Amino acid sequence: MIYRDLVIIGGGSAGLAAAVSAYDNGVKSILLLEKSPELGGILNQCIHNGFGLHRFKEELTGPEYAARYIKEFRARNIEAMNETQVLKLHEDLTVDVMSSKLGLETIQAKAVVLAMGCNERTGGQISIPGDRPKGVYTAGLAQKHLNIDGYLVGKRVYILGSGDIGLIMARRMTLEGAKVLGVSELMPYSNGLNRNIVQCLKDFDIPLRLHNTVTKIIGKPNLTAIEISDVDDNLRPIKGTEQIIECDTLLLSVGLYPINTIFTEGAHGKLYAKTKGAFVDQNLETSIPGVFSAGNVLHVHDLVDFVSMEGEIAGKNAANLILNGRKDVKKVVEVTESNNVGYVLPNIINVTEATDSVEFSFRVRKPMKRGEIIIRDGDTVVKSIKAMDLLPSEMKKVTLKTNDFESYNHLFVEVKEL
Amino acid sequence: MDREFTCIVCPKGCHITAHEDGTITGYTCLRGLNYVKQELVDPRRTLTSTVKVDNGQLRVCPVKSQDTLPKDRVFDVVAEIDKMSIKAPVHIGDVVIENVLGLGVNIIATKNIGAK
Amino acid sequence: MEKLYDSIIIGGGVIGCAVARYLSRYNGSFLVLEKHNDVGDETSSANSAIVHSGYDPKPGTKKAIFNVKGNKMMPQVAEELDVPFIKNGSLTVSFSDEEDETLKELMERAKENGVRAELIEHDELLKMEPNLNPEAHKAILCPDAGVISPFNLCVNFMENAMDNGVELRLNSKVEKVEHDGDIFRVTLESGEAFEAKTVVNAAGLYSDEIAAQLDDINYHVVPRKGEYYVLDHFNENWVKHTLFMCPTKVGKGVLVSPTSSLDYIVGPTNEEASKTDTSTEASVLAELKATAAKLVPQIPYFENIRQFSGVRANSSVGDFVIEESKKNPGMFNLACIMSPGLASSPAIGEYVADLVKDKLHLEVNPNFNPRIRKHIRFTKLDRDEYNKIVKENPKYGKVICRCETVTEGEIVDAIHRNCGARTVKGVKKRLRPGFGKCQGTFCQNDVIKILARELNVSPDEINYSDLNTQIMKYDVKGGN
Repeated sequence: MIYRDLVIIGGGSAGLAAAVSAYDNGVKSILLLEKSPELGGILNQCIHNGFGLHRFKEELTGPEYAARYIKEFRARNIEAMNETQVLKLHEDLTVDVMSSKLGLETIQAKAVVLAMGCNERTGGQISIPGDRPKGVYTAGLAQKHLNIDGYLVGKRVYILGSGDIGLIMARRMTLEGAKVLGVSELMPYSNGLNRNIVQCLKDFDIPLRLHNTVTKIIGKPNLTAIEISDVDDNLRPIKGTEQIIECDTLLLSVGLYPINTIFTEGAHGKLYAKTKGAFVDQNLETSIPGVFSAGNVLHVHDLVDFVSMEGEIAGKNAANLILNGRKDVKKVVEVTESNNVGYVLPNIINVTEATDSVEFSFRVRKPMKRGEIIIRDGDTVVKSIKAMDLLPSEMKKVTLKTNDFESYNHLFVEVKEL
Repeated sequence: MDREFTCIVCPKGCHITAHEDGTITGYTCLRGLNYVKQELVDPRRTLTSTVKVDNGQLRVCPVKSQDTLPKDRVFDVVAEIDKMSIKAPVHIGDVVIENVLGLGVNIIATKNIGAK
Repeated sequence: MEKLYDSIIIGGGVIGCAVARYLSRYNGSFLVLEKHNDVGDETSSANSAIVHSGYDPKPGTKKAIFNVKGNKMMPQVAEELDVPFIKNGSLTVSFSDEEDETLKELMERAKENGVRAELIEHDELLKMEPNLNPEAHKAILCPDAGVISPFNLCVNFMENAMDNGVELRLNSKVEKVEHDGDIFRVTLESGEAFEAKTVVNAAGLYSDEIAAQLDDINYHVVPRKGEYYVLDHFNENWVKHTLFMCPTKVGKGVLVSPTSSLDYIVGPTNEEASKTDTSTEASVLAELKATAAKLVPQIPYFENIRQFSGVRANSSVGDFVIEESKKNPGMFNLACIMSPGLASSPAIGEYVADLVKDKLHLEVNPNFNPRIRKHIRFTKLDRDEYNKIVKENPKYGKVICRCETVTEGEIVDAIHRNCGARTVKGVKKRLRPGFGKCQGTFCQNDVIKILARELNVSPDEINYSDLNTQIMKYDVKGGN
């Protein structure tokens, strides 16, 4: 058995930030567990720029952004174990791991931060009918083959889903000599950032088909074509709109979801159905006391800057728990998403004497040109702010500052379209 | 004729209009204004790619153009990068190609890669 | 001159591989010809993966005989060949008075077939399977039914056969079989030809076509497509037994079952199809959902990780064809091996191997080893034992596939065994990286590089499955 005050699972942007923040808040016995040979997580394959505008006030590439945090992490001499796989997390805060160095080993922690990131949804999960040939990849996998190893998976490419990774890969593969034939998006609006529609599609005259999807995969053993169709308002394919597109590659950029297997299967942690991430309080502490969750394993972010910030919050609160123990909870206030809001975090506020501010993160369910973000306690409006250009693809934050959280019963976060 | 732009300077993606009379509206910061001014006369883009590494712990190293490149020369620059290889160890900021194709912009490494 | 084999087996599906394994108990020269780039790539790897107990085939049929025998052999086979196998038992559930009557008849059949079976009443049934539709009346429990990895069963049969001297040629599609005097001549699509004293036709969906080259046959393969959902191993106890619907005049219904890797499988449908059509259809899958809901009302399809379909070699005569050709003695046709073919495979393999042995008067192979080298898996060993192995070979401590927890050591081992993995799909079939929730998104890149390193080729030469299916296909960073 190995003993450490704080164990952080995952060495990507959330985990690194949590480690640095916990250290700076006084916890020195920290162990970060990372399954890959290097730290930085998914940023290592996101070689495009656009990271860090919030955090560092400049535009960095993924590896550069990661390097900044790795430098901070190393400067503090925080312990990391690379190529170490977590097999199981238990409710008593023991963590079973496996690595070449340790073999099978168990670590006992006083607090744990989950920072394992997210998975891409696959073709199987979205049930695209047809054959199962080689040539269908999640955008992130094709990105890894290209950006980590220098191999292009195909030359005639179609992309399903307008998520940012798909858009980024449209440009990346085009620049390396592939012909990207188009992008289909099921929804009537794009799921990617506007800037990526412009610089990744429009710059290369790649058509974006909204309200359209892939209805058949064709080819055996290699992909030879796909069938695309328009969809109706219920997102069902419309007969007669089918179009065959010959291609050797179909990339899927159809959504991400938190990887919480360790949390649910081992520790039986509670998940929030809307995010598939942990159910957390305002300190990002989960239903398992001492286990915190941050970054894409909590909810999928669009900006890494916010992942880092969340990691910092989790790290700080974990340190606080380790060093100062638990404060008495005076009241538990539930938080629930309401009109036009897809999800909101935290799920509960454990009100203590120190609770004077809570930051809510949420996403709207549909694009709105103008809206009013409302936090209400039951029917009583507690706070409202106007906002422009609300998009489902952009996570929003709103902070509620008050010393009177105890007076609330059940907070709802909603957006009124104006 | 008015020209519509979606700003690519930051993730906000403001909709900016360059009017026929020369006025520009819709930007929310100076960088957005400058982007559209530039876009009207000489569209430029930052390029990111990878370059082959010899004897490195990884096979390729990510790189970027230190400044923006003329949009219509981006493919030429990729071809230039794909032709060459660099030796590990590599450090962030190492110049991979100086003044690529005489465009006045360096291609630099964006990742630290140790030697094998 | 050319080598004269004692026997050539056409087809490296589970039947061909089983025959090869049991033939290797005898001294002789045996060759398996498989058209794909790995064994077991067609029907053998796209089925329900159930080791049926044998309670329901009509008594006296080949299906009944070989199923019951195969089921009895399977625990030992799985142990010797280190194949994931769970004897979870099956429940055949009735939902009406009429179906209750059918269950009674089936109980009689079970008795005649010599299969253990027990009638379970409603209350106990729902205690056994709380997620079952509460409208269920009763069920037949067959405790000897099980679930097995069809991939490993097939591959490990072949590995064991090769350990004992059988030859395997992949990418060898048989085009022509000729009989001249005492010699069979088998010619590949490539023109290459092999000669043997006997031929075992285990060509699966194409077994009727191979048989018809030499004989006038009165049967043919009826291809029937079955589509499935696979759900992740989200909860160990969601469904414990293999749940069958009571067969009706309309059909056999569908099953809901755990798999040998503790995933769950829902299916199959039953459609007319061509022999090569393994596609899935949205409307058919929607129907499958509706049918399966009768058995288990709340199926968590958000845990769905894949759909697939397989084509079964159903029989125009309703039973397996397992016979020596009268016109061409020495030609053994194993055709129309439909369900319960997987369960029957060891029994068929043993029976047919003995037919060949008797024909050629083969001697027993005194060096035959019925076991393959055990796979080293951390779940099967205690911690100290495992850590000793990791110390000797650190690759056993390095996890490559995190969804299914597969180590680099296991992958390297699977590549270097007989009938070893050569492709991404080959690794997936043997060890499961790529079968899990992420479907290879995280580990495919590593698996390709390990394959390339171990096979001493470049990553762009590693195929996904068949030849010319490279994934890392274009090296765009050639450098200078």
